[in-house]
Amino acid sequence: MALRELSSLEKFLGLKKPNKYSTQGDRKVPVLQSNSGPGLVGLVTIATQLTQEAKRPDLLGKSAEERAVVQQWLEYRVARLECCVKEDIKTILKDLNTYLEDKVYLAGNHITIADPLMYYGLHPVIMDLAVMDKEKYLNVTRWFDHMQHYPGVRHHLPPVVVLRNRVYTSGHH
Amino acid sequence: MQIMKLFVSEGNPHCLKVLAVLELTGVKCDVQHVNHEEKVVPFLSRPTLPALHLRGGLYLFSTNAICQYFYEVSGTESNKQSNQWLEWEATELQPALTRALHLAVMQGKTTDPAKALEAPLSFLEQSLTKRTTAFLTAETVGVADIVLWGALYPAFLENGLKMGELQSTKTWFDRVGVLPACEASSRIVFKGKGVEALKGYLQKQPVPHGSQAHRDSHTSSSGSPTETEDSDRVMTEEEMEAAAQIWNQRIDCQTRPERKHPILPEEGKRNVLITSALPYVNNVPHLGNIIGCVLSADVFARYGRQRGWNLLYICGTDEYGTATENKAREEGLTPQEICDKYHTIHDSIYKWFQIDFDFFGRTTTPRQTEISQNIFWRLHERGFLIEDTVEQLRCESCQRFLADRFVEGVCPFCYYPEARGDQCDKCGRLINAVELKEPQCKVCKQTPVIRSSKHLFLDLPKLEANLEQWLDRSVSTGDWTTNARNITRSWLRDGLKPRCITRDLRWGTPVPHPDFAGKVFYVWFDAPIGYLSITANYTDQWEKWWKNPQQVELYNFMAKDNVPFHTVVFPCSLLGAQDNYTLVNHLIATEYLNYEDTKFSKSRGVGVFGDMAKDTGIPSDVWRFYLLYLRPEGQDAAFSWADMALKNNSELLNNLGNFINRAGMFVSKFFEGCVPQVVLQVEEKRLLAQVGWELKQYIQFLDKVRIRDALKCILNISRHGNQYIQVNEPWKKIKGCDADRQRAGTVTAVSVNMAVLLSVMLEPYMPTVSETIRTQLQAPPGSAHIMLQGEGNFVCSLSAGHRIGTVSPLFQKLETEQIESLKKRFGGQQPEEEETSKKQTPTIAQTNAATKTSVPAPAAAPETPIKADPELAKQLAAAVAEQGDKVRALKAQKAEKAVIGAEVAKLLELKKQMALAEGKNPEPSPQKGKKK
Repeated sequence: MALRELSSLEKFLGLKKPNKYSTQGDRKVPVLQSNSGPGLVGLVTIATQLTQEAKRPDLLGKSAEERAVVQQWLEYRVARLECCVKEDIKTILKDLNTYLEDKVYLAGNHITIADPLMYYGLHPVIMDLAVMDKEKYLNVTRWFDHMQHYPGVRHHLPPVVVLRNRVYTSGHH
Repeated sequence: MQIMKLFVSEGNPHCLKVLAVLELTGVKCDVQHVNHEEKVVPFLSRPTLPALHLRGGLYLFSTNAICQYFYEVSGTESNKQSNQWLEWEATELQPALTRALHLAVMQGKTTDPAKALEAPLSFLEQSLTKRTTAFLTAETVGVADIVLWGALYPAFLENGLKMGELQSTKTWFDRVGVLPACEASSRIVFKGKGVEALKGYLQKQPVPHGSQAHRDSHTSSSGSPTETEDSDRVMTEEEMEAAAQIWNQRIDCQTRPERKHPILPEEGKRNVLITSALPYVNNVPHLGNIIGCVLSADVFARYGRQRGWNLLYICGTDEYGTATENKAREEGLTPQEICDKYHTIHDSIYKWFQIDFDFFGRTTTPRQTEISQNIFWRLHERGFLIEDTVEQLRCESCQRFLADRFVEGVCPFCYYPEARGDQCDKCGRLINAVELKEPQCKVCKQTPVIRSSKHLFLDLPKLEANLEQWLDRSVSTGDWTTNARNITRSWLRDGLKPRCITRDLRWGTPVPHPDFAGKVFYVWFDAPIGYLSITANYTDQWEKWWKNPQQVELYNFMAKDNVPFHTVVFPCSLLGAQDNYTLVNHLIATEYLNYEDTKFSKSRGVGVFGDMAKDTGIPSDVWRFYLLYLRPEGQDAAFSWADMALKNNSELLNNLGNFINRAGMFVSKFFEGCVPQVVLQVEEKRLLAQVGWELKQYIQFLDKVRIRDALKCILNISRHGNQYIQVNEPWKKIKGCDADRQRAGTVTAVSVNMAVLLSVMLEPYMPTVSETIRTQLQAPPGSAHIMLQGEGNFVCSLSAGHRIGTVSPLFQKLETEQIESLKKRFGGQQPEEEETSKKQTPTIAQTNAATKTSVPAPAAAPETPIKADPELAKQLAAAVAEQGDKVRALKAQKAEKAVIGAEVAKLLELKKQMALAEGKNPEPSPQKGKKK
């Protein structure tokens, strides 16, 4: 899973030469193989490294504040989203929905690697959402739909259908 | 430019890291200490600390991101090695640590926590042994060092984790720890209290998911799918042995001494004074009022009495004010007659709900006048009252000043013609009565004139410093619900203004000052003094309760709209009076209870009101149970008939009632009514430990007034019990060999003893049911006391040979038809309301039309889209499993076909409901196109 995600990320970053990866442990944590010394461990660490290699520092955030926000959402992705149980999913969606209310991307007005990574992580969750829940988490759905149509992001994942007109207009939310 | 703000809380291990990094990097930043439950980050639903409010307005809530940010601002770029450590900390170390700390600090385990940390720690030890630099990533201390040091700090404090054995880790840890920045931050966060300092923080955190290995071993032993999250807890050998020892403790059949009135504080005892917000007399209370104050306080008071506290619970009706005058005019009675009439109604409703006040009084008494006027004079003498003139509307033909509710006119904002003197129903804005256009006296329809009138104001700004000092102390040492803290804080943040305490009315406590003759005290000044005067009507020695903060602990129960009067205004009156008054220590405020997703409304006849509850034929105990199960703690809740039936049928009937009844029936049927001998095996010891743990939780929750959570512990115990019976099948074993018969005896005796424990735990919630169980089982009176002593002791109180009484079912099923008809009856306009509705002004008709509460015609039902409700589905799934067990048991017992058939029908109905709740269509019917 993480490996396909990394290969999609490489394409998104425009890296020509694919890297070699392996996994370690029960949680299948990705490891970036290296010719000199030990590999680099962890999805966020590797993604950050790839972005630097691709010479796209803007994707890590344009200011110190923005860089912190990007790191925060990357960590959220691996620490909160990855190992959560069913009840947590609701909270995660609710919080993200509130957060994204006035934002186009996770870091604000331009895309960063936090967006594709969060998109990859949320994909199975959004796939399973009922139409009604997609409407409930409207801002997440809008951002998600935007991400899956963003050039070069989707790659290995099937598209998720998002309705443009609301079905449950009488709902409480 | 706004300055950066860092929010931290004491005893929160994550704050250790950020404070150390802040100190080390010297970044300029405001540090604010807040409570664990303070919601700082607006978009997160759970309070998360530490949090950093950045200058641009953004929030950082990830501890590691904050640390990294401080480092970057101070000029140190992050590198891939430190990134890797931070990611490892967040994904591998943190989850293990959280689990270990929870096990060690909250559950007092000794071996399990170390196991939970084994894997990440050995990885760290290896890495540190192999490294060539002094610190993790370089020769100097880096962000990764601080973050890992902070994370491991509590683990090193806790001796049981045997951190000292990891040599390289220990050396590195000490090297980081001696940095002055680290020493300083650990002093701030832990205050030298060791791991105990973490307790408050850990209590507020969700229980971490149990480690995988544990869960497996457990499910294999029971294999039931109905396992709840809590029962995932695995009992250690020591816990099981300890539970078995407690079980065998002798109990002395000492009864709790009878309550002797008057109850007065006693030296050396825990003296607890409980008040419930005084219900306003001019109306019948609805279910929301009942759960919000009197019922919640009653549960706590009953619990406290069982625990042996010296406790006084008082309440009464709040009777003065405009609304009473209004009602009196409407009904053609005098205000006093109205008060007498409604006081009796309130009294009888609370009696029906079994609210066990020590005294239920009222505010229209000479004692009230005496105490209010005394407080008034003391405030006056000390210069806390100021005079000012107020412009008010006066109706010349009625010869009186008009209170806000007595005026109607055109809204100055939206031109709605029937705005009230305080608020416009159309646009919802608050209105100052003198700003109304074309004002009219509601009584005679004449145009009132504006007159100025002299009034007295309580000088809140002058008392503010005093108040804040007291609040800080009370909030930090007592149990205050989050909403109470937040509401109070927002009042203080907005700044206090002087508040008018007098009114030009007749129905009230007269102002004794000659310059203000003919005026009365405004209700909000007067009403809380009712607590004191009601106590004074109960005993002449009331001051032993109310002027005795050294000995007395005061709990106030209320709904959230009442909070500011109890936390700001009333304390200011008492502080200003400087008479050593007892001020509130614990403030328990509920959120609102809605009715089927709309509001309770007397005028529209929507909802269930106190006096109607008994007409439903549903027992008072079931009402109490459901209201407490729903209790709006933390967020609003909604009363729903269907849900009430479901909870009654699944929790009370199939879970709790089923277990207690079966246990008793086994004794009567298989053992001639005499409790058999117990031979404890491993299985029993495990069960005793599990039950003991739930009991401990129950006590911890109720000590903190978490009434709804404690109720879940009761239901968990009977769930364990049902499972225990199910697995052991005593009805089969009783027919087997001697060993089997002995097993059947043990299972029966343990179960029936659990029933006694349940009767004790149920007493605060369902007093009648509790009493019934005790009578049926002939439980000795002393058992209640010992079981709730200290941390809780599940002792054997029905020993072998004890003869029980006649056992009969405790609960009845609520049928769908019955519920449907109740729902219709209370859903909208009711027959008995017709008379008042005729008199209703068009205002109400308008609001009625505007809200979407019209009763749905039955034909419309199939049109409604199936709405998935995962919560309900979960509960139904449990009910289905439970019912499934029951059917299997019946089949195993070779019960009569008709009996089995009936239970199977129930099972099918539950399954259907579950499908609906899951959003599936239960029957393959021709699918209609849904409307867009």
